[in-house]
Amino acid sequence: MKSHRRRKLTIIIFLFVGSLATVLISIFALQNYINHFYLPDEIVSGEVPLERKIRAGGFVKPGSVVHESAGLGVQFDITDLNDATFRVHYEGILPSLFREGQGAIVAGRLNKNGIFAASHVFAKHDENYVPPELKGMVEHDDP
Amino acid sequence: MIPELGHFSAFLGLMSAVGIALFGFFGANQNRASWVDMSIRLTKVQVAVLTLSFLLLITAFLDDDFSVLYVANNSNTALPWYYKVSGVWGAHEGSFLLWTLVTAVWTVLVATRARHISLKLHGYVLGTLGVLSFMFLAFLLFSSNPFERLVPNVPIQGADLNPVLQDIGQIIHPPMLYIGYVGFGVTFAFGIAALATGKIDSAWARWARPWVNIAWLFLTIGIVLGSWWAYYELGWGGWWFWDPVENASFMPWLAGTALIHSLAATEKRGAFKNWTILLTLLTFTLVLMGAFLVRSGVLSSVHAFAVDPQRGLILLTIFVLVAGGSLVLYAFRAHTLNTQVQYWGVSRELLLLINNALLVIAVFTILLGTLYPLGHEWLVGGDKKLSVGEPYFNAMFVPIMLLLSFALAIAPISRWKHTPMRLVLNALIFLGGSAVVALLLPWILADGVHLGVSCAVALAIWIMVTHAIACYRQRNALTLGFIGMSVAHVGFAIAVIGVAVTSVYTESKDARLKIGESLEVSGTDYELVSVQPTESQNFIGERARFDFGVQGSLFPERRFYSIREHITYEAAIAPGIFKDRYITFAGPMENDTWGVEIQDKPFQRWIWFGAVVAGLAALIAMLDKRYRRLSQRDLETRYSE
Repeated sequence: MKSHRRRKLTIIIFLFVGSLATVLISIFALQNYINHFYLPDEIVSGEVPLERKIRAGGFVKPGSVVHESAGLGVQFDITDLNDATFRVHYEGILPSLFREGQGAIVAGRLNKNGIFAASHVFAKHDENYVPPELKGMVEHDDP
Repeated sequence: MIPELGHFSAFLGLMSAVGIALFGFFGANQNRASWVDMSIRLTKVQVAVLTLSFLLLITAFLDDDFSVLYVANNSNTALPWYYKVSGVWGAHEGSFLLWTLVTAVWTVLVATRARHISLKLHGYVLGTLGVLSFMFLAFLLFSSNPFERLVPNVPIQGADLNPVLQDIGQIIHPPMLYIGYVGFGVTFAFGIAALATGKIDSAWARWARPWVNIAWLFLTIGIVLGSWWAYYELGWGGWWFWDPVENASFMPWLAGTALIHSLAATEKRGAFKNWTILLTLLTFTLVLMGAFLVRSGVLSSVHAFAVDPQRGLILLTIFVLVAGGSLVLYAFRAHTLNTQVQYWGVSRELLLLINNALLVIAVFTILLGTLYPLGHEWLVGGDKKLSVGEPYFNAMFVPIMLLLSFALAIAPISRWKHTPMRLVLNALIFLGGSAVVALLLPWILADGVHLGVSCAVALAIWIMVTHAIACYRQRNALTLGFIGMSVAHVGFAIAVIGVAVTSVYTESKDARLKIGESLEVSGTDYELVSVQPTESQNFIGERARFDFGVQGSLFPERRFYSIREHITYEAAIAPGIFKDRYITFAGPMENDTWGVEIQDKPFQRWIWFGAVVAGLAALIAMLDKRYRRLSQRDLETRYSE
């Protein structure tokens, strides 16, 4: 084999092995870092793994937001506007766009008492925008 | 009348785009100078009518013409005039009109400023830009018309501009970003033209390089502005979230960075020709994919525009046409650009190859993380939604960047073809020195040693040292190109330090405070001194005063925008070279207390400073003599080929 051919072959093998490794590492990383998203009825029905990092979302139930008397702890209910409702506990400052009756997504863990311990709360940034995760819910709501 | 005139002007822009494309392509194909000149003339027409169209939309905003749907949705009489103007690009339709205007401006610049390139190439470049412009304008006019009327029920008041967009950052961030995005459309056109002519030599690379640099400069500035804006405006002090829309801008940036480096090898050594062309195509393909992701609403993002499936479909079609068409052309024509270039050992070619491989891997991992939720939804079904969080991106991206830093530090001492081992070993010795400094520094600052940060800082210092030494050694023969490269790499190193330090050593605390109480963060006490009401034309709110240190004061606000019933936190920031103090004020809580979050963010500014330095370095490199000198000579050869 001519030397430049051999070089070419080396480069191709190198690229192939490199991209294969990248794909494998990425997929492995994805397995570990994927957050599954759940709707309120799934949380309520108990099919959601406990004490695992997940995301959930729905609408903040009007009148459900209760601040603790000291500290920044706050509890509120997330509902799918039908029967399913779960309680969220969060320590910290709620996002400025967080409002009762509006959509919110929470990230955190569901504990064995059925309370969602949120590490992050995301509120939508624009009243015309509905996160794709919650779209199904809005459509259900339409008569 | 004004909106109809604006709509009509945009339509004339569409017509000119047809002309630009036809005269450009056929002029190049038939080698007819008069046709290419016609194409050049039409680019001027196009930029004139689209500027008019854009100005007319601004007029509609300034006149509070709420009979126009887009104005009614995104403006309000109470809005200050400058936000009325920037409201033009505050949502989908108007921002896309700006996008088409930017395309027209780039096209006219290429038409008039690149007269020294060969006629064939020029014609194909303009033809390609004409086709892109046509697709953008068709999309604008047929599915996103910003001039659409709301008749007969004209509202007396507009819905107001989204308050988080009422900010200086929003005024300049999108235009910069679009200039960068569409600038890569120009390099895409250069790539297509190279495939069409079947000729790519160092002259082609010299023509393309300044355009790539300037597109990259604007995209860099655009991304930095977005990051900086998110940092101070969204009120939680984050500067990068790996949000799909951020990724949509970051992937073309990474591909563009790879392109800059690949072009260097193509220009100087005639190496990587096929690869360079592929990168010009890939970069713009990523731009279009980003536009699709952002504007179709398929992804969950804080940035996404309101959802419209029809728009998504049209954008997807444009994306498939451009990406598919260009790749097919590439598959048929790329072999004509064969190269035979020899290099061995730690040559500059090898380092550039490593750079490109790592950057493309970075693009790929980000692409995978961004599209994975979508792919999962399509393949597995819509029931189970999932998302890929920051940890994935950090886990993938950080190691790639550290490897890249390593290769980058050797870059300035490397030579084309082959680098003597002595030089490489020399460079490695400096790595040892930098590592010692990086390990000692945290001890001196008494913050505790963090291995990752020490690695990053060691590599960053090493990069600065090797570039400084290389510049010193070449002091008698320094070109602007070499200076530009060095400054860009040092900028990168500065940003690396900023990212590493601020990510690990940021300290954040939140609390409920009464007036007179204080909160200690990172050794400083912040006292809540007072809370005063505040108001403006379109909001009311509270303004708090925090005192810290000897005479520091910060005044964060919480605002309530009554028209949209929208609350924003206006964080107060005390910026500094070595640390930012960042206070978010969340307003009243029970028992006369106020919600507060205080953050101490060391080296925060270094991220943006480094990125801006790197961006400006692209400008320095562009001014290199060799890009100017050729104009006269090439002018003479323009018609001879």
